[in-house]
Amino acid sequence: MFKRNPVIMLKNFCLAFCAALLLAAAAPLSPGYEVGDTVADFRLKNVDGKMVALSDYKDVKGVIVIFDCNTCPYSKGYNDRIKALHDKYAPQGFPVIAIQPNDPAISPGDSFEEMKKQAEKKAYKFPYLFDETQQVAKAFGATNTPHVFLLKKESNGFKVAYIGAIDDNARDASAVSKRYVEEAIQALQKGSTPATTKTKAIGCTIKWRNA
Amino acid sequence: MRILLLLFLTALVPVAGKCQPAKIIKLAELKALMDGPSEKIRVINFWATWCAPCVKELPLFEKLAQERQDVKVTLVSMDLDLDPNPEKVYRFIARKKLQSEVLILDEKDPNSYIDQIDKRWTGALPATIIINNKTGQRKFVGRELHEGELEKLIAETL
Repeated sequence: MFKRNPVIMLKNFCLAFCAALLLAAAAPLSPGYEVGDTVADFRLKNVDGKMVALSDYKDVKGVIVIFDCNTCPYSKGYNDRIKALHDKYAPQGFPVIAIQPNDPAISPGDSFEEMKKQAEKKAYKFPYLFDETQQVAKAFGATNTPHVFLLKKESNGFKVAYIGAIDDNARDASAVSKRYVEEAIQALQKGSTPATTKTKAIGCTIKWRNA
Repeated sequence: MRILLLLFLTALVPVAGKCQPAKIIKLAELKALMDGPSEKIRVINFWATWCAPCVKELPLFEKLAQERQDVKVTLVSMDLDLDPNPEKVYRFIARKKLQSEVLILDEKDPNSYIDQIDKRWTGALPATIIINNKTGQRKFVGRELHEGELEKLIAETL
């Protein structure tokens, strides 16, 4: 009567195996946003101590969300290019919001205190937000720094228009041939879809909290 | 005495560097290595000298290379993507006395080559690919590995 059903046993084993896999994965499981997705609002603490929400950005055409940090050599290499993006495109309705997602327990140089110093030293004119719980980086599906999500403002919220790198040459800003973010913004300004909506780049992995 | 010892050790560094010269390669060579026939299971780790989690996990690959005769470890440095001078990689190899084969990838336009290496790779470092061309199994890990994980992943490709 109580003979074990091999199908159920197999099913249970698979369930246990999947659960173990889920627990073992240190990286976020959600694949994050794809181009065309509508972004959920977020509210994070800025280096000036004030909270900044995406929904605060009412009179913009879009937002350049950049997951960035203090310590990654790629972030350092792109620092001036990020500032230049904001200087050029904020007046045109596309400001930068930088978000720091690294766990300071793993990367002490990315603590909130160090973020404040960085923003001050580099005279950031855009918010530099601390994603302490890493929930925003996970929701977006950010993987490395700097990682750009260009958002387009629509009547019902912000939609992802481009995901990826700032340009195609991390080593040398003067040797860039494809300015992915700028080209995407310019396409949005013309009311068209960017020719390139997703790119990949070598970079530093986001320092996720130990599960 | 201490100074003498230091001088002696410094003199040894270039020699150690010569033992494991890191070849600078193009994507085509890397692809040939990944897709070509191999008696051994290939473990290919993408790393850079500036990448803290990469440097932390390197001893796991070195240990694996020593312990497993059926595995060939290749460490592919991505340093040239940021710095055109490979000197830093050579010095790192000498300082850490790396025994595994080190290759330095010299390519432009990461957006086009990352997918050619593995579509699952976001481009973030470290990343590791385990290739068993006898079974056709290929594992990809886009994060830092921990003790014992490599052996498990290799077993899954058998």
